[in-house]
Amino acid sequence: MFLRNFSIVLILAASFGHSSAFADTIKIGEVGSMTGSEATFGISTHEGIELAIKEQNAKGGVKGKKLELISVDNQGKPEEAAIGTTKLVTQDKVVAVLGEVASSRSLAMAPIAQKNKIPMISPSSTNPKVTTIGDYIFRVCFIDPFQGSVMAKFASETLKAKKVAVLRDVKSDYSLGLSDFFKESFIKSGGEIVVEQTYSSGDVDFNSQLTSIRAKKPDAIFVPGYYTEVGLIAKQARKLGIKAALLGGDGWDSDKLYEIGGKSLNNGYFSNHYSKDDQSPAVQSFVKNYKAAYNKVPDGLAAMGYDAALVLISAMESTKSASPKEIRDAVAKIKDFQAVTGRISIDEKRNANKPAVILEIKDGKFLYKSTVNP
Amino acid sequence: MAEFAQYIINGLSQGGTYALIALGYTMVFGILQLINFAHGEVYMLGAFVGYYASKYIVNHQLNERINLLVNGAADQASTSSAILTAILIILLAMVTCALIGFLIERLAYRPLRSSPRINLLITAVGVSLFFQYSGQLLFGSDPKAYPDLFENLEPWTFGSDDNAIFLEPLKVFVFGTAITLMLILRHVIFHTRLGRAMRAVSFNHDLASLMGIPTDRVIAATFMMGSALAGAAGVMVAMTYPKVEPLMGSLPGLKAFCAAVLGGIGNVTGAVLGSFILGVAEALLSGYGTPTYKDALAFAILILILLIKPSGLLGVHRTEKV
Repeated sequence: MFLRNFSIVLILAASFGHSSAFADTIKIGEVGSMTGSEATFGISTHEGIELAIKEQNAKGGVKGKKLELISVDNQGKPEEAAIGTTKLVTQDKVVAVLGEVASSRSLAMAPIAQKNKIPMISPSSTNPKVTTIGDYIFRVCFIDPFQGSVMAKFASETLKAKKVAVLRDVKSDYSLGLSDFFKESFIKSGGEIVVEQTYSSGDVDFNSQLTSIRAKKPDAIFVPGYYTEVGLIAKQARKLGIKAALLGGDGWDSDKLYEIGGKSLNNGYFSNHYSKDDQSPAVQSFVKNYKAAYNKVPDGLAAMGYDAALVLISAMESTKSASPKEIRDAVAKIKDFQAVTGRISIDEKRNANKPAVILEIKDGKFLYKSTVNP
Repeated sequence: MAEFAQYIINGLSQGGTYALIALGYTMVFGILQLINFAHGEVYMLGAFVGYYASKYIVNHQLNERINLLVNGAADQASTSSAILTAILIILLAMVTCALIGFLIERLAYRPLRSSPRINLLITAVGVSLFFQYSGQLLFGSDPKAYPDLFENLEPWTFGSDDNAIFLEPLKVFVFGTAITLMLILRHVIFHTRLGRAMRAVSFNHDLASLMGIPTDRVIAATFMMGSALAGAAGVMVAMTYPKVEPLMGSLPGLKAFCAAVLGGIGNVTGAVLGSFILGVAEALLSGYGTPTYKDALAFAILILILLIKPSGLLGVHRTEKV
């Protein structure tokens, strides 16, 4: 009897320990796909954010308080991203949320952040719809109307392609949006989209779609999808004898891409947020610190995660008490912020206006090809 | 025209893998009247065994030793050395999956042999979910890339450039192996004593045991054979589409089940026929129509066949005497 009452008291006391009344930390939430088909996106972004927060905490934190990062893994599913966001804002009471990479998942998270008036910064979601959800939703990367036009210009001007086929993922808002913008730009510059095929993320067999694409003999194939499927598509395309160039967007950026696709990815090009070969001091020092911490070279997702965290930290410092509303107003005012992936200025639509780089895939390496300014 | 031929080739290759899984479903149903929903997971485990085996072989350069043995040079890959390596991996997966199948039957199904059928069905679903989620825990839920043993082999081309049909050696190997395994199974079922015992037990379980047939052993053997085939299918699919993850078994398992019903569940030839029909139909639908509904096709066929001819294409309608 005594033991039962004693244990009840203990449990109650322990649960009260969660109250942040005496907490000396500022809680930042993160939602990412640490497992699932886009696992490298979530892991890289998480490491970038973690590195930025660790560096800031080493400098004493923000306003004398240490930053605490609470991460939630959404397993690559939009429903889990929404649940994770709800948990972060209602249970953990974070002052801001960083995430997500994939536009479909950001679109699932944004309404919840907006409703609870917690600012959300997406490191790499490029679909324009994400920031239209509300004034608490921001992003630190470029958007797909720009990215689509970058690859369209590259295809028509550099590769001199006249006929392009499109193979897109119907389950991804990112893929659908980016292919629409690419088509718009490419047709405007006089090119022809010879055929459009679709697949669903999770598919492994693309032979039927590729056979139909092969019949139309395109000069290049635009595959604005995520790396797991792109790797398989590249393999199957080459096995069917398709020699056309493969083009894509920032969804390709992963070291797993080469692991899955191998040599088939040669003659492949994609647009991205950054190149690790950029010789600017900001990039090189980031690459060095990231390598020291995680023993690998950072990809674009890590750099964007790092920049999103930097932007958030800078915004928090300029507020009086780091409350969600103040943070939101401070982020909206960010102009010319020197980050790893360039100068970030948040415009009135809460997007960042930044240049894109085009990378070529050759023998397992992502080679820097060119930079395109907006 | 070349397009159509290419779709047929893709469909037959895919149908072959469905057939290997469907055979397991149909044999277990014939003997126990149980739809073994955990079968898709045995297929998944086979793929993972193959994944770890391939990784081991590549990491320890065993494939080069095989090249040395077959071709006389360590770095000279050829069709025969690739086939030899693949066969070794398939055999390993088959043995492991046979063991897994035996364990599932012994631990999950045999204790419920005398319970109402629905208990067995629910247990089967439970075993399936158990494997899926412990697989996620054990292997990690991110997809793994299979090392490609057939990577350096050029596809065979028929016809000229524009209308060329590309036949990958890998697809031919998969199709050939599937047919070989099916023929071996056919031989076992129709020309051996074990096969006769299996047919007897599936005809009437109690009567067979009265005749002195060790029904428990026959049922275990059936499970082992079906699981071995599923394991082989798992390895071959993983070699073709080099992405393995713990949840990869559920959809192919369900599709193979639909194929088995299409052909007449309980009927071995029917399972094979249904699977090839499904494979080709899927390939044609995604080629000429839209690939988005490809997965739905299997279930649409299931509903149609149950409405029109529930016993399946080759199934015989058996009236149950009460």
